Amino acid sequence: MAVSTTEANREFLQVSEEELQRFRSIPVRGEQARRSMGQILGRTWFWILILFILLYTLFPFYWAVVSSFKSSNELVKTPPTFWPTEPTLENYRNVFTDGGFMRALLNSTIVSTSVVIVSLVVGTLTAYAMARLNFRGRRFFMYLILSMTMFPGIAIIGSLFQIMKRFNAFDTLWGLIVVYLTFALPFTVWVLSNFFRAMPPDLEEAARVDGATQMQALRQVLIPLAIPGMVTTGLLAFIEAWSEFLYARTFTISEKAKTVQIAIADFTGNTQFEVPFGTRMAAAVVVTVPLLVGVLLVQRRIVSGMTAGAVKG
Amino acid sequence: MAMGAEVEAIQTRNSEVRKSSGRFGGPTTTAGRQEERLGWMLLTPTVLVVVLVAIYPLLETFRLSFTNYRATRPDAWRYIGFENYRDLFADDVFLRSLRNTFVFTISSVGLETILGMVIALTIHSNFKGRGLVRTSMLVPWAIPTVVSSLLWVWMFHDGYGVINGVLVRAGFDRFQNFNWVGDPTTALGAVVAVDVWKTTPFMALLLLAGLQVIPEDVYEASRVDGASKWQQFWQITLPLLRPALLVALIFRTMASFRVFDMIFVMKQYATDTMSVSIFAFREMMVKQRYGFGSAAAVVIFLCIGLMVIGYTRLIRVEEG
Repeated sequence: MAVSTTEANREFLQVSEEELQRFRSIPVRGEQARRSMGQILGRTWFWILILFILLYTLFPFYWAVVSSFKSSNELVKTPPTFWPTEPTLENYRNVFTDGGFMRALLNSTIVSTSVVIVSLVVGTLTAYAMARLNFRGRRFFMYLILSMTMFPGIAIIGSLFQIMKRFNAFDTLWGLIVVYLTFALPFTVWVLSNFFRAMPPDLEEAARVDGATQMQALRQVLIPLAIPGMVTTGLLAFIEAWSEFLYARTFTISEKAKTVQIAIADFTGNTQFEVPFGTRMAAAVVVTVPLLVGVLLVQRRIVSGMTAGAVKG
Repeated sequence: MAMGAEVEAIQTRNSEVRKSSGRFGGPTTTAGRQEERLGWMLLTPTVLVVVLVAIYPLLETFRLSFTNYRATRPDAWRYIGFENYRDLFADDVFLRSLRNTFVFTISSVGLETILGMVIALTIHSNFKGRGLVRTSMLVPWAIPTVVSSLLWVWMFHDGYGVINGVLVRAGFDRFQNFNWVGDPTTALGAVVAVDVWKTTPFMALLLLAGLQVIPEDVYEASRVDGASKWQQFWQITLPLLRPALLVALIFRTMASFRVFDMIFVMKQYATDTMSVSIFAFREMMVKQRYGFGSAAAVVIFLCIGLMVIGYTRLIRVEEG
């Protein structure tokens, strides 16, 4: 787009060196005007495209935020207003005084945090074994772990439902935590074992020469180096657990175990006759903001991780 | 799943892998035996979770799919061979859901790829605010699927939605009160639009990463040979982008094929948008027909299993 226009201009300039000289000797207002016109046009298209991308990615969430601050009268205005004329906290008051929603928020926090902690602790040990130890069956387990990161939950919910009933795990937070480990743990192991493998073995070997055991080398050398990677991995696992819907829909039924995703999907508000879109959007914002903050904090690592990943692709 | 997995998967293919010593037998030294024991010890908790909570229920689903088990009469069941599978492929709603799933997968993955490519090519130049645009692309990805669905249901709202509001203001009066999500001709399209919105940025970021490693001199050389921008794209960019593109495509296809929450939140059990996952869910959890529903779940599992095999072939875990 912009590049091609610049390119065309350069070629144009190169083609006629002689002409250029001639142009230089005489006032060049016309030529310069034409060149910058072309550039401006290319640039303009480029920026329109950029603007369009920003609008596309950001507008829906912007709209949720704007709607969440509108009064119920303003929400049904046509055409819709793009900025709340009389901003109100009414919707947020509704959300935070809804006992069921607050309980769901607490449930989700407990479930996601536990899943992350267990995944990181257990996952680090398994990942270390996968990356640094020699044992039979390692290759097979690497494949198993990788496949598990893509496992379709629908293939187990029916039978797992029966099993969970039998073990009184149905409609409990601990039951949900255990089920969530089926995706969070393999994911953590997979990412962290790649992380460990990328570290130079010399560090550890030096520690081993100094008389450290393998577990000491892991604890004192590898883990401190892996902490940034563990934070990112933990955040990604948190997002997965926080956003999960199918298992939560299947394995919880009462307020004591419902997660926040179920709560907002079922959100009907206080009145029976109108769909409370404002309150719904406020709930959506409340549920999303923690994730956005986390992602923005480590975004450099997420993006650069992707870049590094495809370097040798 | 989360995007880290794809990224790390690409890395593994290339990372230096330590040679394993005892490839054809057990270790022979004491230290080797100790290492093997430690390895297994560290593996045990993860293996336990995977086997007890995923593999065993999976096998149980396979078994159930050959029975006529219903939760309404748990003691009266028997093995009925392939009857469920036969019934499945004679069931209009199932066939419809299969068709919906294919249409959903092909159109959303196709659109995501094209749009993602356009965005990646646009951002792949130096300009002020590039970091900001890249950050903005993480927003749709980080928003939970349920929230994205609710958000778009509100934007698509027939009476007060912003989409109809803008369309009507732009002069398209026939969209006054048009119900995008409710109308059977546009419902699947609306669902695809939400999925495309949520996952295109991710696709674009993956492709962008692939673009950044194509050396600039390749373009320089072809420019000297007189290649046009269009020729450069088809003959340089696309072939060199192929590995990144392929991995992204397979991952997105697998995720789209099992789609559940996005459609469920927007349309529940409506037939015009029902996916195979929703069909299986309803048969099992609502109608309590575990045998029949399990057969549908097995079909999804096998389709995704095939894709996983293709994928692991592609990235070759630990070539030792």
